[in-house]
Amino acid sequence: MRRSVTATATHIPELESVLARYSREESQLIPLLQDIQDHVGYISSESMQAAAAHLNIPESSVYGVVTFYSQFYLTRQGRHKVRVCQGTACHVRGAGEIIRAVSARLGIKPGETTKDFEFSVERVACFGSCALAPVMVVNEKVYGNVTPEMAIRILDELT
Amino acid sequence: MSAELTFTIDGVSLTAPKGDTVLNAAKAAGIYIPHLCFSEGLKPYGACRLCIVEIDGVRGMPTSCATQVTDGMVVHNDVDSVNRVRRMVCEMLIADHPLVCLSCSANMNCRLQDVAAFLGIKGSRLRRMVRKPIVDDSNPFYTRDLSKCILCGLCTRSCHELRGVGAIEIAGRGFESRIAAPGDGPVRDSTCNSCGECVDRCPVNALWAKHETLPPTATVRTTCGYCGCGCGLELGTRGGKIVRVRGDRNAPSNHGSLCVKGRFGLDFVSAPDRLTTPLIKRNGVFEEATWEEALDLVATRLCEIKEKHGPDALAGFSSAKCTNEENYIFQKLFRAGIGTNNVDHCARLCHASTVAGLARAFGSGAMTNPQSEFEHADCIFVTGSNTTEAHPITAISIIKAVVENGATLIVADPRRIELTRYATLHIRQRSGTDVALFNAMINVIISEELGDDAFIQGRTEGVEALKACVADCTPEWAEPITGIPADKIREAARLYAKAERGSIAYSMGITQHTTGTDNVLALANLAMVTGNIGRPSTGVNPLRGQNNVQGACDLGALPNKYPGYQDVTDPKIRATFETAWGVPLSPDNGITVTEIVNAADSGDIKGLYVMGENPMLSDPNLNHVEHALMNLEFLCVQDIFMTETAELADVVLPAASFAEKDGTVTNTDRRVQRVRTAVPKPGEARDDWAILCDIATRIGYPMSYASPSQILDEIATVSPIYGGISFERIEEVGLQWPCPDKDHPGTPFLHQGEFKRGKGKFHATPFKVAAEEPDSDYPLLLTTGRYLYHWHTRTMTSRTKGLEAICPPTPIEIHPDDAARAGIQHGDVIEVSSRRGTIEANAHVTDRSPRGTVFMAFHFHEGAANRLTIDAVDPIAKIPEFKVCAVRIRTADPTKKTDDA
Ligand code: SF4
Ligand code: SF4
Ligand code: SF4
Ligand code: FES
Ligand code: FES
Repeated sequence: MRRSVTATATHIPELESVLARYSREESQLIPLLQDIQDHVGYISSESMQAAAAHLNIPESSVYGVVTFYSQFYLTRQGRHKVRVCQGTACHVRGAGEIIRAVSARLGIKPGETTKDFEFSVERVACFGSCALAPVMVVNEKVYGNVTPEMAIRILDELT
Repeated sequence: MSAELTFTIDGVSLTAPKGDTVLNAAKAAGIYIPHLCFSEGLKPYGACRLCIVEIDGVRGMPTSCATQVTDGMVVHNDVDSVNRVRRMVCEMLIADHPLVCLSCSANMNCRLQDVAAFLGIKGSRLRRMVRKPIVDDSNPFYTRDLSKCILCGLCTRSCHELRGVGAIEIAGRGFESRIAAPGDGPVRDSTCNSCGECVDRCPVNALWAKHETLPPTATVRTTCGYCGCGCGLELGTRGGKIVRVRGDRNAPSNHGSLCVKGRFGLDFVSAPDRLTTPLIKRNGVFEEATWEEALDLVATRLCEIKEKHGPDALAGFSSAKCTNEENYIFQKLFRAGIGTNNVDHCARLCHASTVAGLARAFGSGAMTNPQSEFEHADCIFVTGSNTTEAHPITAISIIKAVVENGATLIVADPRRIELTRYATLHIRQRSGTDVALFNAMINVIISEELGDDAFIQGRTEGVEALKACVADCTPEWAEPITGIPADKIREAARLYAKAERGSIAYSMGITQHTTGTDNVLALANLAMVTGNIGRPSTGVNPLRGQNNVQGACDLGALPNKYPGYQDVTDPKIRATFETAWGVPLSPDNGITVTEIVNAADSGDIKGLYVMGENPMLSDPNLNHVEHALMNLEFLCVQDIFMTETAELADVVLPAASFAEKDGTVTNTDRRVQRVRTAVPKPGEARDDWAILCDIATRIGYPMSYASPSQILDEIATVSPIYGGISFERIEEVGLQWPCPDKDHPGTPFLHQGEFKRGKGKFHATPFKVAAEEPDSDYPLLLTTGRYLYHWHTRTMTSRTKGLEAICPPTPIEIHPDDAARAGIQHGDVIEVSSRRGTIEANAHVTDRSPRGTVFMAFHFHEGAANRLTIDAVDPIAKIPEFKVCAVRIRTADPTKKTDDA
């Protein structure tokens, strides 16, 4: 049991400069979290504590919001974000093989990040580019009609 | 007030007050509308959709928990069209729910079962998606199994909305939704304070109290035996044991809420080490004795001492833990039976300065307004009260005022207490400089003309003395003394003065000083100068500590007052009591707790009778207390446990606990409430009043009563403020004194229209420094207080393992800078010394303490803070300065480290 409210002194300079830009209204929570994620890369428990202290709301409320929106990451992400579509159209056209190939190549499961923080892999429901199925998006760049071999080549080019 | 509306549910005609919801009105009329996500006191949530109804002229099926009754409304509840939809919803819930009802401890007491039974659901046609148990067992008092959770949100909402804690929230979404503490970590590592509100509200068995294994066979309504909040309790018992504790939702003080002590801390009642037989010390060891032997011995020794040295060589400590009736009998035994006014009790150590100060300013020493009125104040000034820990239920009203009603909260406290989370302004005065702060606030109010002149003119006297006293007390003058920036003092003064309904709450941070009475008088000045008294949600409100410290004072367990605050030195009053009690009474004021200890040390007091108190831990400068008690010729202790004080006694008498007796107690609201017998007394333990009557009889002053009810009737005849109070009248809900006659409805707040003493009196309160300030030898200031998880000297709370697990002995809070300077790290065992003693404690390095100040609670005999504190007292109230003394710290033994700290 934490017996006290201790003001959380942050040790991350980026975090402090982000916090300084926001007023203390509760309505600032989501923009503040987005900003933290943009600057720090993910929402650490320290960031959540700092956001809660800044807005004077319980930490559990921040956690509720962070876990509700899939846009927020709770762990440090890789330098390269690999997102493989698993929507219906892509699924029918072999997205399963692609994700398996990517996972095997990087040695991590979807939702995980490599130990060297180079790659994160994620499944996504549908990018809305079904005509190009199967689709894979790496660092905002969209690749269509992907084959397992092609996926591995894309990854290899990044390392 | 609220107009009655008429409407029908399934053809039955009902009435409801305006603003009531359909669900509430149905409940009140005993009509069941299925519901899972609504609970009293919480806002409608609309998640379960089981409470839907049809209403003529309204489209669709609105939820009855969120729909207000209108006049002439026609509601259809138990009809096929509605039940068909409800059935679908309910089947979806059941599809997800492990059907382990037979082995579930909520079996037959489950809201989901109620709904299913009402809808006639046999099984679910849906494919079952049952989750495995997802158990969090980390809290010592309750367990959570998310596989049974129906995501009604009652737990999270009660934690946020009702308790203001917000330890848990719904995390994730869709099938991933779950109740979680931050980071999905164990709830024990969250801010949860184990109040159990969520456990009480959970409609199913996703949250359950560990100690509740069997359902009770009987339920008794009573009042919590811990603190002055005076929460109504429902004790469920089975086979003579307490097996379930619930808050009484109809009790005006707590509306069903409880804190961790009241809900989970009652193990002491059936603890194996309760005293069960009288004990007599022979050759230094206790031997069991019969009641006859023990009572004879006590009576003989008391009589011997009285004969040899006179009645004033005897003294008694009455008890703020005992009932009103027992306190009355105790002081009657001493005054009428023995012939001395040497009776006092631990209020001397907590609110003697309140009684002295407020009586001088207003004419009455009690809390002016009840706790619940904080909720409607628009500015609350909290000073010297760590409310969330010492008065958890009062704190709820304060938090509600801020969160729901937008009140301004000013916290003036050296420590960063929990309440500062809700504060508009937190100012951190150095301990012992309160008067300087208050004087400066009054200076601002006067110089900026923010005062209430009409009030000052019409209702007070002595304002000139006040003006003269604060004339030079500018915020700039106060800044170096208090350590608070001048502009913050101005801000605090303005916020409070501009409030329509400004309310002051304080506690021992104000009273336990050598300037305690001045502190209280200065707060009274502040309230009067702004006219913030004598109306609802205003006033000067001392939060009283013990469950019955108010009552013990009311009933005359004070050396200078008969029951009802009547002076023992007033011949007219004395004559009334002489007639009532049939003997001549001593015309002289008796001596106080602190003076009794000194007199025992010097040999002037030879015999001491202690009922339910533990001065060997609660009093300042313990080494001195120990010496004094050893010096007595005779010490009798009547208690429920072998306390540190009882160890020193010649005779120990086993008494009944609050759960084993009938009577009344008076909470901090001045509300006289019933205590009722729930379980039998252990062994040969007896009611305190009955023991006292037997002793009185043996020393030649026969007393006997059939019941506490009869004692209260006698009290009503001698104490006008209790004149109209009887067991009968408070059967359902307590009454707030003054209640002078049988038809009087009681008095929610004091001093309406006129002060008790006529005009309110301003007092000049020049600033004085504390008795002992830090210096180069003892460079840190020690201030003492309490934790939520323990009660006083821990006699009761240490018997609950969970409380000990959460709050083990003996933390000392140190600011990181002070710790660094002394080379101390979090978790180190350190040595703390003052001029009076040395103890060991575990360093908690936290900025909750300001720089230069360390904090300790006085609960722990393992590291008794009161071995360090000073016994310097306030000259008027004789209250010791527990809040300020000088200490030094150093690492004790580097090999010692605790992992808890
Ligand atoms: S026990 Fe009280 S503080 Fe803890 S989670 Fe439940 S409601 Fe919140
Ligand atoms: S744990 Fe209980 S109260 Fe909380 S959401 Fe689940 S069912 Fe409701
Ligand atoms: S200890 Fe005080 S706040 Fe806690 S339940 Fe008892 S009376 Fe209520
Ligand atoms: S299904 Fe893959 S982009 Fe739509
Ligand atoms: S009780 Fe009304 S929606 Fe749940």
